[in-house]
Amino acid sequence: MLNTFRSLIIGLFSLIFLIFSQKIFSQHQEKTGNHSIETEHQKEFNPGEMIMGHVGDEYGWHIATFGETHISIPLPIIVYSNYSGFFFFMSSEFQHGHSTYKNFKIAEGNDNPNKGKVVELIDGKEIRPYDISITKNTLSLFFSIIIILWIFISVANAYKKREGQAPKGFQSLLEPLILFIRDDIAKASLGHKYMKFTPYLLSIFFFIFINNLMGLVPFFPGGANLTGNIAVTLVLALFTFVITTINGNKNYWTHMVNTPGVPWWLKLPIPLMPFVEILGMFIKPFVLMVRLFANISAGHIVALGFFSLIFIFGNMGGAAAGYGGAVFSVAFTIFLTLLELLVAFIQAYVFTLLSALYFGMATEEHH
Amino acid sequence: MGLVTPDFGLIFWMTVSFLAVLFLLKKYAWKPILKMLKQREDSIEEALKSAEKAKDEMARLKSDNEKILQEARVEREKLLSDARDVKEKILSDAKEEAKAEADKILRAAKAQIESEKLSAINEIKSQVVSLSVSIAEKVLKKSLETDSKQIEYANSLLKDIKLN
Repeated sequence: MLNTFRSLIIGLFSLIFLIFSQKIFSQHQEKTGNHSIETEHQKEFNPGEMIMGHVGDEYGWHIATFGETHISIPLPIIVYSNYSGFFFFMSSEFQHGHSTYKNFKIAEGNDNPNKGKVVELIDGKEIRPYDISITKNTLSLFFSIIIILWIFISVANAYKKREGQAPKGFQSLLEPLILFIRDDIAKASLGHKYMKFTPYLLSIFFFIFINNLMGLVPFFPGGANLTGNIAVTLVLALFTFVITTINGNKNYWTHMVNTPGVPWWLKLPIPLMPFVEILGMFIKPFVLMVRLFANISAGHIVALGFFSLIFIFGNMGGAAAGYGGAVFSVAFTIFLTLLELLVAFIQAYVFTLLSALYFGMATEEHH
Repeated sequence: MGLVTPDFGLIFWMTVSFLAVLFLLKKYAWKPILKMLKQREDSIEEALKSAEKAKDEMARLKSDNEKILQEARVEREKLLSDARDVKEKILSDAKEEAKAEADKILRAAKAQIESEKLSAINEIKSQVVSLSVSIAEKVLKKSLETDSKQIEYANSLLKDIKLN
């Protein structure tokens, strides 16, 4: 039922997108008349840029383009510069990246390491200020946090209200998941110490899962590639790493420094095993970070790639080829979205399970 | 490189807001939810245990009932057989007594009959004696009416004496 609904929504969205795309192309046609050949090349549909634009982060939330009007939600830019101090202004001041505001502008140029970021112009040089702007991903993070808090606090209230009774409504949808995390992940990996880590494991599971799902929703509050952003997965992995390290007991550190059960010459005079073990301690959260980032980003990139095919065909063989390609593209995108639903769950599960296993290793008693 | 370079701003916001989420969820969501789940599981377990106990109790009561019933049956059997014995005894006692009484009556009747008979015989005897005596008197009177006959008789008597 939910999948059919989602597919319908995606189909509908694709149709709307298709209709608008005609307008975008006609707009391009008009423009080519007035501009030089170089700008024509630049204005041509560039799938790589489009995909990276959607997968990456941006100041302001671009929703749609009608002809020459860009519809986007302006977002606050908060920067601190060593030269001119603290600034707070809306991203709309940049006129979609075309103008400067108080020496600040969005860096351009394909070779620019700060491309797409806010930079300050000081004596003709672009210097990156400390930037804690509320970007598209940050706003999406706030949205998802509100949704998560709203869901779970209301479910908690349902539990309080219906004490000792069978779950009902949304509560019964989430209860199997909560029990799954508690019994099959926390209890299975941590044994009797599971109560200490269950709140964290539940939090990361639902945080990742709900953000993965929101990333699949193609319009406004969703659609940001939050769990496919390396900064977000970095922080999540860092939390797991910090909790693992703080809770590491004597047995854990002994394993690290003086691994039992391996020949002594692997430890002395060259401490090969300790080196490998300590490296592993950092590799584990690093892999957590990369796995989630790569899986979710790849899903978004492939889905957007199929959408781009519509316009690539359209560019090559005219509108008819674009419509023809759209049928296949939409079919593939529906399939991919279903696959991404599965991936959304699996990645949340894997991240939680591995975190639980690392906590289990850190707190394992000597036997 | 843009995609794989973590952005400082997002790291900052993510850290701050994720810490807040962890704290808020732990305090206002997971704590009550996990508590209630545990409570419900405990109460279910408790209910199952007490149901098991009730079942055992039931079985025990049933076997008790069975035992009491069995005892009652045995008791009734015993009472019945006792009653039968008493009846039997009373009956046989009564029979014996009746027989003894009957014997006594019979014996008394026999004795009376005997004594009646004896007295009747005696009566008859004395009657016969007096009759015979009167007959003998009359015969004697008739046979010894003449002197010759008296002498003859005296002589025969004498003859007998001599012989002795």
